Amino acid sequence: MGTTTAGMFFIASLIIALALAYRPLGDYMGRVYSSTTHSRPERLIYRLLGVHPEAEQSWGGYARALLAFSAVSVLAVYGLQRLQDRLPLSLGLPPVTDHIAWNTAISFVTNTNWQSYSGESTMGHLTQMAALAVQNFVSAAVGMSVAIALVRGFARARSGTVGNFWVDLVRGVLRVLLPIAFVGALVLVAGGLVQNLSAPHEVTTLTGGTQAVTGGPVASQEVIKELGTNGGGFYNVNSAHPFENAVPWTNWLQIFLILVIPFSLTRTFGRLVGQLRQGYAILAVMGVLALAGVLLTNVFELSGGATVPQAVGAAMEGKEVRFGVSNSATFGAATTLTSTGAVNSFHDSYTPFGGMMTMFNMMLGEVAPGGVGSGLYGMLVLAVITVFVAGLMVGRTPEYLGKKIRAREIKLASLYFLVTPVLVLVGTACAMGSAEQRASMLNTGPHGLSEILYAFTSASNNNGSAFAGLTVNTPWYDVALGLCMAFGRFVPIILVLALAGSLAAQSPVPESAGTLPTYRPQFVGMVVGVTLILVALTFLPALALGPIAEGLS
Amino acid sequence: MKHLPNPLRRHLAALRALAVLTVLLGLIYPLAATGLAQVLFHDNANGSAVRAGGRDVGSSLIGQSFTDADGRPVRKYFQSRPSAAGDGYDPTSTSASNLGPEDVIDVPPAGGEKGRQSLLTQVCARSRAAGELEGVSGARPYCTPDGVGAVLKVFPNRAVSVNQPCPATPFVAAYQGVRVECAKQGEDYAAGRTVPVRGNAPTPPAVPADAVTASGSGLDPHISPAYADLQAPRVAKERGLPLDRVRALIEQHTTGRILGFMGEPSVNVLELNLALDEG
Repeated sequence: MGTTTAGMFFIASLIIALALAYRPLGDYMGRVYSSTTHSRPERLIYRLLGVHPEAEQSWGGYARALLAFSAVSVLAVYGLQRLQDRLPLSLGLPPVTDHIAWNTAISFVTNTNWQSYSGESTMGHLTQMAALAVQNFVSAAVGMSVAIALVRGFARARSGTVGNFWVDLVRGVLRVLLPIAFVGALVLVAGGLVQNLSAPHEVTTLTGGTQAVTGGPVASQEVIKELGTNGGGFYNVNSAHPFENAVPWTNWLQIFLILVIPFSLTRTFGRLVGQLRQGYAILAVMGVLALAGVLLTNVFELSGGATVPQAVGAAMEGKEVRFGVSNSATFGAATTLTSTGAVNSFHDSYTPFGGMMTMFNMMLGEVAPGGVGSGLYGMLVLAVITVFVAGLMVGRTPEYLGKKIRAREIKLASLYFLVTPVLVLVGTACAMGSAEQRASMLNTGPHGLSEILYAFTSASNNNGSAFAGLTVNTPWYDVALGLCMAFGRFVPIILVLALAGSLAAQSPVPESAGTLPTYRPQFVGMVVGVTLILVALTFLPALALGPIAEGLS
Repeated sequence: MKHLPNPLRRHLAALRALAVLTVLLGLIYPLAATGLAQVLFHDNANGSAVRAGGRDVGSSLIGQSFTDADGRPVRKYFQSRPSAAGDGYDPTSTSASNLGPEDVIDVPPAGGEKGRQSLLTQVCARSRAAGELEGVSGARPYCTPDGVGAVLKVFPNRAVSVNQPCPATPFVAAYQGVRVECAKQGEDYAAGRTVPVRGNAPTPPAVPADAVTASGSGLDPHISPAYADLQAPRVAKERGLPLDRVRALIEQHTTGRILGFMGEPSVNVLELNLALDEG
């Protein structure tokens, strides 16, 4: 079997596995978020928190609780990094520098997991476990809770509330993420990932040199890194490191874990609004965009079009032999289509158009299928914009799932869409405008612009992967990208919750002959079209100066 | 609690929530996973150590350099891929090169600043060195015979082979009727049009792709079966072993695609070299 054929089988097997998990996981999550009973450990937790699980919150109360939790999290992650030398398991590492610690705290709380540090030489084991991995769980649960709150907005009528943040948070962690993570961690260790608390130990190699073999609680962090679409690696080279991604099947499993919750949440959506076909329509939009992204990335990488890949004979720079070009490209597409940002190969060395695809995937706004939760709410906002556009064309009041899309709703949806492009383009422009920031580029010419554009795209969309040649552990980049991550996460969340509140308060309008059916292929095509047109109009000029100029020269 | 102002109550709840979840997810979960992993998969959990002569010599998952103290290949060993991790295969500073696909122009050293080889020149130089070591042609597309990137900077009536500093002889005498010059120190060619020249090297080249590229991790424990086959005659000769015996060992240490489609066939270099040492 040739490389290309094997690569296509690899993609097909992932699709089959995701399809098999779709119904049970989607239905299960639907039950998790609609159940009215609390397990014993959950009740204990609510008592410790001092919250009433039955008390429903308005969208404002929900948002305030979410922001309070995130603010406290930022402080805790910052503090643990700054104090790591006084805590156990620090491996003798000094406290993390202030601007790196701040950037990392924002990065992990916002589910971005951008890394301006190198894991093995910066973070002790306790910081990794108690600061970073904890945020891998809770930032993912926060994303899911916002998505569920928006879905409740569609499902409820004349209601002043959208749920209880604390209950959604705790259930997301206890009933969804933790059980899968625990089993997944052990499966990954079976594949060869390490799971210990050792410091690096020195060995004498065959030729008499020395090598320090590193340790750490890697598998337990790796599994939630993928499942929660976080992406922050234990080591600097992330999922390319053999201790993070040992064999081809752990690579397969990691891609599966990245995609399984974002896709399955569309089933949960269909369940909660009582119309499964609405969930299938959203799934179809995500699926079409994702499949196109994966296949195009594969095509560009396998064709190896650019001077260096031509000289080499394959786009193997920055890729591992055990994964090869195709499986690396599939991972690269999956990680950028979701807001994961883990890498098993280095996007900076991809072919110009392969590298552009990883950027384009992020520019879609992380909706195909996007991060856990954030993908679903992002796609629902795009669906709202689509019914509005369609309503304009036929001259009717747009409605979606029985809710009118009025001025307030469309304003919130439009603002949501505008947040990331503003952050990406203004951020890139600021960096390019300063000689000092341009000096951080490793590569020159259009590829240098791509490095900076990639960094701001990745941070603002909460992805976290990088064209890693760019030197970003400087105070300017740490602060600028940190601000992009924070605004790119929390402004959209507030807008989505406001949208949820205003939808929940409406009374449903009965379906009429003039209602646009939002479950037909026609609607799927329209959402795909709206997404692509919005992204193309926004980012094409920037892409033309970077990867397109490089690829065509 | 009831008499506290709302914002304060909210932040106290947040603080408690984080504390509770940190104990659960940051301590109990990873420690329980560590405990179980240590019992169920002891070797894997501790880094798949490889032992020889009663001592640890590394990990079967982490590649090593098989070079001497001066960085020259040790001829009796199969060589690993190039590595960008520290000085090569350093697990405490893992890295890829991160150089782009059109990084084709070297930056010569100037005024105390260290120069930088382009990715293309690195590929060409590695190909040439591997070719010499294995006794085959190291020629590659877009590479000069002296092992740098074959790249011209073209001006209206000038052409410069930009990676060949004077007094080198340019790899082509003329480009579109214009004589090609070597690159003079201190001259800035940035304004010229970049023209990589493919040349007439065969495809595929004798030296395989993985032998001339750095991996993502810098710790790649594998090479392709093609690169192992290329090295087999040298290792067999150096060790006085029949070539068939060495090829059989390569076969033994080759992992095919899992289930026939996952990943690529790969040869574990450390395990292969160890098997050779053990005879």
